[in-house]
Amino acid sequence: MLDKSGTINVNGEPHRSPEDPRRSLLDFLREECGLTGTKKGCDHGQCGACTVIVGGLRINSCLTLAVMHEGDDVTTIEGLGTPDKPSPLQTAFHDHDGYQCGYCTPGQICSATAMLDEIANNWPSDASDDLGGAIEATDEEIRERMSGNLCRCGAYANIVKAIAEVAHTSNGGSAE
Amino acid sequence: MNAHLKQDEPVDDNFLDKTGQGEVGKPLSRVEGLDKVTGIVPYAAEYRLDNCAEGVLVQATITRGQVTRIDAEAALAMPGVITVIEDDRLCARAAQGTAGEAPQQAPRTICYWGQPIALVVAESFEQARDAAKTIRVEYREENGAPLDPTLVDAEEQGNETVNQGDFAKALSEAPHSVDLRITTEGHASAAMEPHAATADWDGDKLTVRAALQMLNFNISELADALGLDEKQVRILAPYVGGGFGSKLGVSQETVAASLAAMQLGRPVRVVMTRQQVFQTVMRRSETSQRLRLACDDEGKLTAFGHEALVSNLPGEGFAEPVLQSSHFLYAAPNRKLQLDVARVHRMTAGSVRAPGEAVGMPALEAAMDELAEKAGVDPVEFRLMNIPERDPEQDLPFSSHKLAECLEQGARAFGWARGERKPRQRLEGEWWIGTGVASAARVHNVGEAKARVTVRPDGTVCVQTDMTDIGTGTYTILAQIASEMLVVPVEDVLVELGDTEFPRGPGSGGSWGAASIGSAVFLACKELRSQIESKTGQPIKDASLGDALGGEELSCEGHYEPGDVKSDYTSSGFGAFFAEVRVNRFTGEVRVNRMLGAFGFGRVLNEKTARSQCIGGITWSIGVALTEALMFDPNDGHLVNCDLAEYHVPVNRDVPELEVIMVEERDPVASPIQAKGIGELGMCGGAAAIANAIYNACGARLYDYPMTPDRVIAVLD
Amino acid sequence: MKPFEYIRPDSLKHAAQLTSGENGTAIAGGTNLLDLMKLQVETPSRLIDLNRLGLKEIAEAEDGILRIGALVTNSEAAAHPRIRSDYPALARAILAGATQQLRNKATTGGNLCQRTRCYYFTNTDQPCNKRDPGSGCGAIKGVAKLHAVLGTSAQCIATYPGDMAVALSALDASVEILTEAGEQRVVPVRDFYLLPGDTPWRENVLAAGEIITAVTLPSPVGGTQIYRKVRERSSYAFALVSVAAIVSVEDGLFARADLAFGGLAHKPWHDPRLSDLLVGSAPSVELFDRAADLLLEDAQGFGENDFKIPLARRTLRAVLAEATGVDA
Ligand SMILES: Cc1cc2nc3c(=O)[nH]c(=O)nc-3n(C[C@H](O)[C@H](O)[C@H](O)COP(=O)(O)OP(=O)(O)OC[C@H]3O[C@@H](n4cnc5c(N)ncnc54)[C@H](O)[C@@H]3O)c2cc1C
Ligand code: SF4
Ligand code: FES
Ligand code: FES
Repeated sequence: MLDKSGTINVNGEPHRSPEDPRRSLLDFLREECGLTGTKKGCDHGQCGACTVIVGGLRINSCLTLAVMHEGDDVTTIEGLGTPDKPSPLQTAFHDHDGYQCGYCTPGQICSATAMLDEIANNWPSDASDDLGGAIEATDEEIRERMSGNLCRCGAYANIVKAIAEVAHTSNGGSAE
Repeated sequence: MNAHLKQDEPVDDNFLDKTGQGEVGKPLSRVEGLDKVTGIVPYAAEYRLDNCAEGVLVQATITRGQVTRIDAEAALAMPGVITVIEDDRLCARAAQGTAGEAPQQAPRTICYWGQPIALVVAESFEQARDAAKTIRVEYREENGAPLDPTLVDAEEQGNETVNQGDFAKALSEAPHSVDLRITTEGHASAAMEPHAATADWDGDKLTVRAALQMLNFNISELADALGLDEKQVRILAPYVGGGFGSKLGVSQETVAASLAAMQLGRPVRVVMTRQQVFQTVMRRSETSQRLRLACDDEGKLTAFGHEALVSNLPGEGFAEPVLQSSHFLYAAPNRKLQLDVARVHRMTAGSVRAPGEAVGMPALEAAMDELAEKAGVDPVEFRLMNIPERDPEQDLPFSSHKLAECLEQGARAFGWARGERKPRQRLEGEWWIGTGVASAARVHNVGEAKARVTVRPDGTVCVQTDMTDIGTGTYTILAQIASEMLVVPVEDVLVELGDTEFPRGPGSGGSWGAASIGSAVFLACKELRSQIESKTGQPIKDASLGDALGGEELSCEGHYEPGDVKSDYTSSGFGAFFAEVRVNRFTGEVRVNRMLGAFGFGRVLNEKTARSQCIGGITWSIGVALTEALMFDPNDGHLVNCDLAEYHVPVNRDVPELEVIMVEERDPVASPIQAKGIGELGMCGGAAAIANAIYNACGARLYDYPMTPDRVIAVLD
Repeated sequence: MKPFEYIRPDSLKHAAQLTSGENGTAIAGGTNLLDLMKLQVETPSRLIDLNRLGLKEIAEAEDGILRIGALVTNSEAAAHPRIRSDYPALARAILAGATQQLRNKATTGGNLCQRTRCYYFTNTDQPCNKRDPGSGCGAIKGVAKLHAVLGTSAQCIATYPGDMAVALSALDASVEILTEAGEQRVVPVRDFYLLPGDTPWRENVLAAGEIITAVTLPSPVGGTQIYRKVRERSSYAFALVSVAAIVSVEDGLFARADLAFGGLAHKPWHDPRLSDLLVGSAPSVELFDRAADLLLEDAQGFGENDFKIPLARRTLRAVLAEATGVDA
């Protein structure tokens, strides 16, 4: 049955999973791990601000329970880079002004980080003309794939530039 | 040390062009940027205070009436629940921008569905959220609250009314005229950070970390709501996750968190759910506008009529200022303008990005397009020939005016083909393709602003003000101004914002922030500069600041006040939008292929962040044109689509590549640094460029924004 | 969200038993259930986590049949080579739904069971017969933009909001169900959903204690496969109307025309009469319009959603034109 001693690995550190099963992964990260880089914009899967990477895949941490992730590896924005050692995408967002208020930004960057892997793995999207072919990181592909991250400041045009730059120069990834 | 300027005269010395560093205007990346992209900057709900309790607001489920009883028994019996707060000081509505006093309180008197009436406080958010659902409220309901703005007798806003010349005659005699009814739906700010406050009371002083735009006003609003002296209140908002008007005034969660903290003697945090933000803070009013325009055979406007109906709750002073730029944008001797407000029991209407022009300009500019077509004049030409020499109503000079340049440069860069235009010329697969143009205008405002600039013994500089940076770039431009004026590298300037213990800035709203607070910082630096120069006897650039001060600290408070110059000129930002869209001939879906904006808004303080403001505005234009609409229930007036799944802000894929042209200018009237507001201009008219392009693409005119597929297919054949 | 007991059962059979008990609910991706639990639209007292019980394979069965485990995520399904090549309408439908973040969590079984997006259903302070039987229908007298025009009842006019099931209906896929007694039953997707009638709270044929174990796709049928979704923004929005079409033309005549529609009804709408009308006839705009007439014969709007009737007609025409190359 339920493994009460379960831990959740966040950015490589084990954290004891919460007492209250109602706790979303998002609230767990923010309130119990002290990792407030992951944002709550809607709490209902409608904005993408809470995007984190679990087992290599991006998900909305608001629509999953922390207890369901015992044993999982979770990467948050804090795990991707730091001001002294930003990831290539963090640097590109900074250079291209791919944000304004910064509230959607951690979600955008986590999302983009995992997205580049999806493209590398040839996962199709709604914008892919050919379901069978190799997928390229065209601007339209990036736009569609990033549409799960709302930005009310309206930084999309810059976000696309930032991601395209990383997609075309390296393989994205984190700080190392 | 103080440096004060009340701007009674234009300031045309263009001082920042003479300082020679070239720091101001540079496309510098944001100084706080790396902290934002790595997720370490804290927003209002992200301070960890020991023993902090969590509050969740309880909302009314009737439209109008009185609360007779709140039954909290079940809630209080639940694990973790600490208390249920039913204080008369809780706010029923959010304060309007620059109110400076408490918003409507007495929460037991219900004026709209969803109004907050109580606060449940528990040890954890999950407990509070659950307990809030168990509160039973009894009401004495007053039925028949008016809900439909078109069915009530509206109140005329006298100060907006203009009757100039003989409008009726000019209209009837003109060879070309249009008489159109154009509507826009309500909008939500939908800033990505929900409204949140963390309050802490030490028995004498209240410290609140809140998501607010205008701390100088908010402190008065909050103190007034709580019955405290302003000295007992401190508000902190160093980072705000977007505002767009919704955080101008103090709102319900901040007052509730404060009351709870004061009552419990422990910190309390209240974060609104996304649905609550939608239902309780502010909506932009829907509008119904009548545009009657007439011109002569050449295309000169002879009659200009713009009337609008908006709505708000009883007792609210705010009426969406739809006609704001219509008063001066185009010359026409015969004018009729009128704004009416209908009192209805929907949630409070207030400022949402670019109040007024955001919806007035899309209507006006769509009507201009139709009239240009009737007169057989190219729409770019048509606008150019109707630019007034002076403000046509007040007979004042313009402080500066770049509409013509924006239209010309924009047309060139966009590849606008001047000449005869026919709709329905380009079909690619299922898509009709077309182009459109519209003017942009947004009145320029400034507000009183204070900032302290300190040169420290080590030669670094510190700028402090309670001004906020809501994504607008305040941190960066203030660092650039100080760097330029005091000849220090930007890295050596520390900017501290969003703390009411600092000198009072103007707050972020109405696009007035940068020009106002930038001027205060400029004034302080200018004074410091001359002190340092007189101390060392040499130009500042030849001295090292640290050495010049000889171990001392030098500090100056800059104080900028708008003055008489405001009433001697009409001051506005101007611009032009060009859009290419495609319209699916089967499904009526509209997508924007590309869009360009050319803007003149005075001195550009940072090319990169200014451009970002513009693309943000254009993105909002796309929302106004195509996707955003609040829907209200006809029976109880509640906001039906109260979340981000059903209120459609544009997504990444809705936004194509955007081009921005900044038409450089110096506006000596706008501010001592010759800068004007830029945050809103980018959405003042852009929706009309899209609407006009829709017509050009498919040959069907739509008169209701947003132009969603249901509306497009209704006019497509 | 009401407190609940979180249970990780050790077998599927155990899971089925637990969901049959008082108010036990299965959770898969959680993207729909948790959304509704936060609003207290759903208030299970036990949450049965299906995630560690397998059912994560996409496997080839005999005769080219493809079996998608109930816990396969939407992303995995859409990226699967066989689905991309042999069932492109399905891949397209999945990719047109939600976002990558949601599809990474959303499962095949959960997606089938997602509930309506009716605004009154999700607002627990409004009347809704589906959520609170007998309380009335907020949408019929209120705002009905998202709502159904086919198969409605006086009780409820909600739509089934999903995309994937619309393609599955056109493809004539089936749902494999494990019953509480541990037996398997198979229900065609076309029969899986129910109309609201007098029991709008019943959305599909699943009984308490039943768990979806897989969806099976019939052997590939080829043809031109299209999924067309009309929405208010270019991504991340539910369908106003959608059409899934599996079409082939031989010797100038329709040889196959399997159509299903989203956004129109309480279920993915499949009307066998359309296929009967089209197959054997030569594609033409007139024929497409006759198909639309048939489809929409009994359609009834409720104000804000009246547009769905012409929109369905136009979208059908676009899809059939695209599939057949007819100039429409
Ligand atoms: C903002 C947003 C936008 C969305 N947009 C779209 C869209 O455009 N198109 C679209 O199609 N969908 C959309 N969705 C819905 C999404 O696809 C569903 O939430 C998802 O598919 C549900 O799958 P899940 O595994 O997360 O289900 P869960 O939330 O885990 O479960 C949903 C229901 O299914 C039941 N269930 C789950 N698995 C089984 C099983 N194996 N057997 C029996 N019962 C089971 C659960 O008990 C529950 O009642 C959107 C969702 C959100 C939040
Ligand atoms: S349409 Fe159905 S789901 Fe919506 S309010 Fe009516 S009964 Fe409820
Ligand atoms: S907070 Fe999770 S999607 Fe908005
Ligand atoms: S940067 Fe403000 S919402 Fe994206």
